[in-house]
Amino acid sequence: MPKIALEDVTKSFGSKKVLRGITMKIPAGKSVVVIGGSGTGKSVLLKCILGLLKPDSGSIKIDGVEVTTLHPWQRESMMRKFGMLFQGGALFDSLPVWENVAFGLVQGKRTSRRKAQPIAYDALAKVGLSEDVGLLSPAELSGGMQKRVALARAIASQPEIIFFDEPTTGLDPITADVINDLIVESVHNLGATALSITHDMASARKIADIIAMIYDGKIVWQGPASDIDHSGNEYVDQFIHGRAQGPIKLEVKRS
Amino acid sequence: MLGLASVGRFALVFSAIVGKLSKFFVQSVLSCLVPPYFLGQLGRQLWRIGYNSLPVVGLTALFTGSALALQIYIGGSRFNAEGIVANIVAIGITRELGPVLAGLMVAGRVSAAIAAEIGTMRVTEQIDALVTLSTSPFKYLVAPRLLAATICLPLLVGIADTIGILGGYLVGTRSLGFNSAVYLKNTMDFIEMGDVTSGLIKAAVFGFIIALMGCYHGYHSAGGAQGVGRATTNAVVSASVLILASNYFLTSIFFGE
Repeated sequence: MPKIALEDVTKSFGSKKVLRGITMKIPAGKSVVVIGGSGTGKSVLLKCILGLLKPDSGSIKIDGVEVTTLHPWQRESMMRKFGMLFQGGALFDSLPVWENVAFGLVQGKRTSRRKAQPIAYDALAKVGLSEDVGLLSPAELSGGMQKRVALARAIASQPEIIFFDEPTTGLDPITADVINDLIVESVHNLGATALSITHDMASARKIADIIAMIYDGKIVWQGPASDIDHSGNEYVDQFIHGRAQGPIKLEVKRS
Repeated sequence: MLGLASVGRFALVFSAIVGKLSKFFVQSVLSCLVPPYFLGQLGRQLWRIGYNSLPVVGLTALFTGSALALQIYIGGSRFNAEGIVANIVAIGITRELGPVLAGLMVAGRVSAAIAAEIGTMRVTEQIDALVTLSTSPFKYLVAPRLLAATICLPLLVGIADTIGILGGYLVGTRSLGFNSAVYLKNTMDFIEMGDVTSGLIKAAVFGFIIALMGCYHGYHSAGGAQGVGRATTNAVVSASVLILASNYFLTSIFFGE
């Protein structure tokens, strides 16, 4: 049984159809990366699985349980399986770094702050941050450090499933590679199932077991990461080589 | 036909807003009643909404009470009724001006702050992050603010009533020549328990409205910094209008024939 299974998922905003029937299976313990250009529906796909958006039709199952029809309190307990690294970090700026990392344990799992604090510092150490960072405010950290703290928060509660939303966007190549290494290491150590969305091919090659490409709200190719360079799919070829010419057309308004 | 179409469009938009607000209201009230309760958050909001609003509410009440005493003295002198200053200041402050002005001042300060904070959390995905960390945004963000504002406003209005009457007393005894003991006796003899409690009940309703509007507009803000700015303005305007409208209905209920 796949860890996450999507069947013909659609989602529109007004007249704009963002997802046009996504079907994919994410096996347990594997790292799946969805690649695709901006505005192709990657983030909407992630938000539909997390329940932050309700799909218009289709089925989303996690461990065989249909999640599109869950009541809010059932969803709250389902979310305990998840960790999520947001594109902008989404750290709580009213809390110091260690409380951000411990948040899921203290508020979500009702662990005492005394027990959660060493776990938070341990998670910070795993992403290469020292103890003194724990007392800083998120606003005092660089972009790369914020991503690391967000990663520490995502893994602190030892989730079964981790989502990464554009984990390397806005980072310099070296910091991006450090984050990629940390993602691979964290997912491997936890034995978690990972779903990432990115348009950074270096990141996708590094963290993926399986790559799927989304275009115009549909999965146009899916296969092992090692096959990406000889996929035989013209959309994938154009995307990974970053060519302006090809079947993917950008709407450019000319005056 | 065009006119009918715009009436229909307006009706649809209005119904959608009422539906969205009603759903938010029900979810908010349920989140106040159903555990888990975030007591730390509640304490923080009591401090922010209650204690930090004391200076603005106190100063508003002081100057309103003082101006009211002057106006009643000037108006009363037209038909030789200057002696009623203490009585009218007491009833005016406790029944109307204390709760309404405190409500409007707190709406400006607190509703805007709540909308800006929650709105920023919305556009920076912090609210989505709460959900992924198995924490209900309604229980963590909305319920503590609603409870804190509903608890704090009656306390603030109690203080505003006292300071407002004190303002009238200071003007009455220092500028208008009233005897201090007589002024106080007139105030205490005239004022009834119902005058004070009606104001405090109004204050609790206003507190709920202030927090609800701040949370609602912040929670549904979209479109970056501009969206947060719009949410803040809408929160203050809608809270102020609802305070004035509900004040009329509450006054009719408490004092209507």
